[in-house]
Amino acid sequence: MLWELFLTFTFIGAFSFGGGYGMLPLIQQEVVYNHQWLTIQQFTDILAVAEMTPGPVAVNTATYVGYKMAGVLGSALATTGVVLPSFVLITTLASIVIKNKDNPRFQGAFQGLRPVVVALVIGAAILVGKDTIVNIPSVILALIALGLMEYTKLHPIFILLAFGFLGIIIY
Amino acid sequence: MSRPALSPKFLFTLFFSFFKVGCFTFGGGFAMIPVIQREVCDNKCWMEQEEFIDMIAVTQSAPGPVAVNSSVFIGYKLAGIPGAVIALLGTVLPSFIIILLFAVFIASQSGTKYMTKFFEGVRPAVVALILGAGLGMGKKSIKDSFSVILGLLAITALVLFKIHPIVLIISGAIAGIARSIILSERNKEVS
Repeated sequence: MLWELFLTFTFIGAFSFGGGYGMLPLIQQEVVYNHQWLTIQQFTDILAVAEMTPGPVAVNTATYVGYKMAGVLGSALATTGVVLPSFVLITTLASIVIKNKDNPRFQGAFQGLRPVVVALVIGAAILVGKDTIVNIPSVILALIALGLMEYTKLHPIFILLAFGFLGIIIY
Repeated sequence: MSRPALSPKFLFTLFFSFFKVGCFTFGGGFAMIPVIQREVCDNKCWMEQEEFIDMIAVTQSAPGPVAVNSSVFIGYKLAGIPGAVIALLGTVLPSFIIILLFAVFIASQSGTKYMTKFFEGVRPAVVALILGAGLGMGKKSIKDSFSVILGLLAITALVLFKIHPIVLIISGAIAGIARSIILSERNKEVS
């Protein structure tokens, strides 16, 4: 059982490109249909919990499913499994990038990558914003937050907490 | 690239920085970019803005959560494998602990009600923070007509045509390499 948990979440970690919600279909396939560790209802509940707590969805799901199936040890193993592929891949990629820093083709590739990354980040804001910025209060909140981010040195953590408490007050 | 001394003190600072990031990455994925950026580029000055953008390109093209990938990359760059392990632990530990607590003590009804309101306030701020991070990166790296055109093409492909980010990243790298080959050929002809 423990071994199976570890292997399944290693598999999820290795094949979940795109991060965040991109990996949900794969997690659902493995956890709900292939292994039947959770019902679809329980899976939806975990998503709600994952929404309300910090941390990547994949990590949160691994911790929760691991605990449900095999206690604290199970959750530790499932979480280790889900981050292991990232760890191996990224340390390898990072060492390649650092070694080839001065290669002109490598620099050329990053010249092309930078505008794409900017587009991905701004695009993410647009895509998340479509579902989030839906009424006048949320427009005002977003504009104030953007102003604070651009014109003050406030830490984003502080802005997030402040807006959370503002949410409790106004909603 | 200079590596800070691999002292226990530095590793502790690294752990604590990513623990902080791990505590506040609501909304997953891109929401942590502004938080990590402020911590790593502005507060601790461990990385230049451009290195940070390059790092995102690399971590986006590998599988796994962006927050996890980024912490491993930054930890590795600053302090090798021990740094990568420490940064990863710092990022994952908060959600591990919080989810365990959630699983053990099922949240009370009234608690959930306040949580929901809390997040109604947080979400618009998350959008603004991500947008702010993107605009800040754009100011740093969109400088010539090549990057303007590439950036506009990428955002159109992403938002309007729902093209997968991996495809965009690979295309961007190919465009960049092609441009560098053309430029160096042209330089050869001139000289």
